[in-house]
Amino acid sequence: MSGRTIIPFGPQHPVLPEPIHLDLVVEDEKVIEAIPRIGFIHRGLERLVEKKDFIDFVYVAERICGICSFIHGMTYCLAVEEVMKIEVPARAQYLRIVWSELSRIHSHLLWLGLTADAFGFESLFMQSWRLRELILDIIEETTGGRVIFGSAKVGGVRRDISAEKMQEIVKKLRSYQKEMDDIGKVFLGDLTVQHRLRGVGVLSTASAKALGAVGPMLRASGVSSDIRMMGYSSYGTLDFAPIVEQDADCYARCKVRIRELDQSVGLIESAASKMIDGPIDVKVTGTPNGEFFARSEQPRGEVIYYAKGNGTKFLQRMRVRTPTFANITPLLETLKGCQLADVPVIVLTIDPCISCAER
Amino acid sequence: MAQEIMDITLGELMDKARKYQAQGFRLVQICCTKLPDTLELQYSFDKEYDFKSLRLTLPDASTPVPSISGVYLPAFLYENEIHDLFGINVHGMAVDYKGHFYMTAIKTPFNQPAQAEEKKA
Amino acid sequence: MAFLPMTKLIVKNLFTRPVTERYPFVPKKYYPGTRGKVLIEVEKCIFCGICQRRCPTAAIGVSKEKKSWDIERMRCISCNLCVEVCPKKCLALDVKYSAAAGGLQKEEFHA
Repeated sequence: MSGRTIIPFGPQHPVLPEPIHLDLVVEDEKVIEAIPRIGFIHRGLERLVEKKDFIDFVYVAERICGICSFIHGMTYCLAVEEVMKIEVPARAQYLRIVWSELSRIHSHLLWLGLTADAFGFESLFMQSWRLRELILDIIEETTGGRVIFGSAKVGGVRRDISAEKMQEIVKKLRSYQKEMDDIGKVFLGDLTVQHRLRGVGVLSTASAKALGAVGPMLRASGVSSDIRMMGYSSYGTLDFAPIVEQDADCYARCKVRIRELDQSVGLIESAASKMIDGPIDVKVTGTPNGEFFARSEQPRGEVIYYAKGNGTKFLQRMRVRTPTFANITPLLETLKGCQLADVPVIVLTIDPCISCAER
Repeated sequence: MAQEIMDITLGELMDKARKYQAQGFRLVQICCTKLPDTLELQYSFDKEYDFKSLRLTLPDASTPVPSISGVYLPAFLYENEIHDLFGINVHGMAVDYKGHFYMTAIKTPFNQPAQAEEKKA
Repeated sequence: MAFLPMTKLIVKNLFTRPVTERYPFVPKKYYPGTRGKVLIEVEKCIFCGICQRRCPTAAIGVSKEKKSWDIERMRCISCNLCVEVCPKKCLALDVKYSAAAGGLQKEEFHA
């Protein structure tokens, strides 16, 4: 029995893009327990809703997260639209799918790059981000922003994509898919990568369920759960199934995300084929009165938007539960018993987005 | 998207939480809302896209609320959050940060009396 | 298991041009829809103040008496909302971003 030491990890750490602090209780090189600490960048955005018109708040909601911005804005719109009983036109719903999936591809490529960086594979990191840049170009061309899309609004979307442009995007994505495959092969086949990811940070199916894990974290533990299956925003009309892996380690989480890249390209393709001509938005009249929990699937997992209105143009309460917040407790479980050197990789596999967790 | 929101009393909270846990629901979130003269706590649970929410109304922030982190471990994060932002008196949390979970310039920023806000503005 | 799967990428990389642009020498390409900075035709402005009220970040200031319209470029998030709500359509969004600056600076326009 050797002595125990507490090693502080973060909030500033080379591998962490954002501040999370962990107190690691270690025995020699083995982590016994981890105690999290967030709250360094609390911005109080939820409270801002009391001072901003509910229509203008979309732009604030989008800025909660810099990576999955569009899905944040869209889920806020879903919540308000449900409260106000607004029916969004079919074309707008499919456009929302296209942009959601584009942001999923760019987020997963970003994550793959960061993970490659965390286990020290610099050139793979650069290759992932090179591909991400191509996706960002498509996003900028269609929405006007590189990461902050600004294209969701209450009652529809703000920009349209023409049929020719849509064909072009699908064609481009198909060719990028081949390059993504090449990168995916390195992640899944390279010996050094496997050495760092296989068997590290195992989260059993039972504890993933009990600790409320969401998104790729949950699916990599063998649970078939994807909020897109609920069919919000016309996802119900597309044919797809959640991507599930059984190994429950860092490698499985990586594999889920790589397979989701392919799935997202497929979803964009089928959304493009189903897109019918028509209006892209409806006029919003009246004010929200009522409450609703909107849920959607972000690259990192399930996000919850709770909107409560009292008949004025300012919402009474808007609450966001981001996927990272739900994934912190499962992270603590995976850290138990791992080696100190594996901590950065395990922390990265939940795809931490601490700024959006604190809002 | 069907959603069920049930009103419960403070005494029922632990029993309901245990019941949901036994049925295999996962804790989705705990949310606090400040209404003009009361506070509202919402405990949301989910099982295979079946969403249920329990609504608990509190007369003021000092009413002691039992922590459900003994039943659902992830609850401690949400409970520390509502303790820091709204000043809700939650007791028995699995990990109690004692008001140091969020670094905020003022205490309980989401639950300030109306006059204090106007003075600041 | 593939043998050295990275080799293909590395070899390809050796024989292709750099994917990055040599920025100051090669100017950046903008798309027609890129959201850059807000432009105003101040002669057409009636100083109604709708853009000021609706701006999510309170970057715009309008004064009816002084007939002036100002914007803090560093606060502006280029969301295009002011352009959409303007009744006289005197606002527009440029494709280029505003230049880098130190600190908050107001840019004022007078009619």
